[in-house]
Amino acid sequence: MDVGQMQRQWLDYTRSLFIEGFLDNQFLQLQQLQDENNPEFVVEVVSLFFEDSERILKDLTFALDQQGVDFKKVDAHVHQLKGSSSSVGAQRVKNACIAFRNFCEEQNVEACLRCLQQVKQEYCLVKNKLETLFRLEQQIVAAGGSIPMMELSF
Amino acid sequence: MNGDTEEENHSTETTVWIRCDVYDTGIGIPEKAIPTLFKRYMQVSADHARKYGGTGLGLAICKQLVELMGGRLTVSSKEHVGSTFTFILPYKVSIPSSDENSDDTDELSDVDNNDAVSDDLTEGFFQFQPRTLGSLFSSNGSTRRTLHKFNGFPSNPFALPSPNGVVSKAVTNSVEDSSSVVADASDLTESTSSSDHRENSEGGAVKLRQGCGDSSKEVNNESRKSSNKCEGLIMKKEDENSRCVSRCSGSREEDSSKECCRSKPKILLVEDNKINVMVTQSMMKRLGYSMDVVNNGVEAVKAVQRHTYDIILMDVFMPVMNGLQTTKLIRSYEETGNWDAAKSSGIEQIQQISDYECCVPPRKRIHIIAMTANTVSESAEECYANGMDSFVSKPVTFQKLKECLEQYLR
Repeated sequence: MDVGQMQRQWLDYTRSLFIEGFLDNQFLQLQQLQDENNPEFVVEVVSLFFEDSERILKDLTFALDQQGVDFKKVDAHVHQLKGSSSSVGAQRVKNACIAFRNFCEEQNVEACLRCLQQVKQEYCLVKNKLETLFRLEQQIVAAGGSIPMMELSF
Repeated sequence: MNGDTEEENHSTETTVWIRCDVYDTGIGIPEKAIPTLFKRYMQVSADHARKYGGTGLGLAICKQLVELMGGRLTVSSKEHVGSTFTFILPYKVSIPSSDENSDDTDELSDVDNNDAVSDDLTEGFFQFQPRTLGSLFSSNGSTRRTLHKFNGFPSNPFALPSPNGVVSKAVTNSVEDSSSVVADASDLTESTSSSDHRENSEGGAVKLRQGCGDSSKEVNNESRKSSNKCEGLIMKKEDENSRCVSRCSGSREEDSSKECCRSKPKILLVEDNKINVMVTQSMMKRLGYSMDVVNNGVEAVKAVQRHTYDIILMDVFMPVMNGLQTTKLIRSYEETGNWDAAKSSGIEQIQQISDYECCVPPRKRIHIIAMTANTVSESAEECYANGMDSFVSKPVTFQKLKECLEQYLR
């Protein structure tokens, strides 16, 4: 595959992530913050997001596993995750968190556990997608090309 | 009128600060009267006029005059001992090689020399800055001369030179030690730039210089029981003053253009989420600003105790202490001059003496921007009710941040 083809592939793949709702406009913000002074910005932020999310999901699992569930704590964790997913543009994760918080308010353990599943699932999906995207980027750069600028034209 | 005047004159330099203390051995002013002291028609008590006369306009007029001239007016007082009013004014000093300003009077030159075209070695004048005039003045009343020949003195009348030679637009305050905060006139009362309401709470900041001497002008005083601490800091002040003035002179050359007079605002980010911090910092860098970062409300309060910030970006939902509560504490300090509210929330104050320009350290209200996720508990109304000035809804985008800052910096 030549560089041009890889770039087109990258564009198509990115667009699909937007269309399918995995990513939203905030992700474009991250891309626009990446420049010569900050060439790895998106990867850095997203990596931090992955780390942070995995920690939170672990804490959530633990908290919901307790005899007496501390919903305040659970809500605080979900709030964190909602915040960070929102900041990187992981739209589906964010939406799952919003639903999650409603059930925290209701103090509904069963529903919360279902929400946690949902959040984990969305997180895994977007993680895979983004890692695929980054691999594509690495290939382009390795072949001497540059990563195209995304335009939200749809 | 008796007073002390300190001045430093450097024959080659252009503008210096002159400080004047007017003190008396009168009945003193109670602390709680300080916040409203410079307001029009305010006297310390309802029956003050009956006891002592006066209209309550004297200090308001003085304040406006001083500020029109680009200066600051402050007060320190101790009940039953007396009061000291201090103003500083920028004073332009030049060697009269040209015949400009032939009608200017050098107020510090020999009084007998009525011919204002001076034979003195130095000639100078106080400069009125063009400003919107308060309602006390008619449209042409107090403008003696317009702003011309602006040799490097910053157009912002409240700018004070900073040690690195760059004039800061935001005048910074330094809490020198726990009880020596200057009560600045323009911050204690309505000021043209601040649009929020200010509850005049107890315990306005007082102190500073001891007043002993002959009484001079009409001062609104009242005898009350409470005692104010009055730190005898005259000597220290003078040292700082002369230090400050010599720095003033030294930095003149560097401040010739308006651009380099306007330095960057000092910004604090209060945010617990690491990802948000990273994104926000990157955006700020793009806009050309740097930021200090803390992770919760307690840290924010400590940071404000240590440094002066122009803008605070405050996350609302935070562990330990949330943004609303933190803002309330900071506003309480701005209004009262003390950190009692913070102490009662368990925050110990770290004392630090700031050693740079502090002829008079006025404090400007910090612009606090809430970063809210727009849930019910973080609504805009809630933010404004707790003392925030504006808000940015999350997720924070570059455009939102830019607009919010521009609104403040305009």
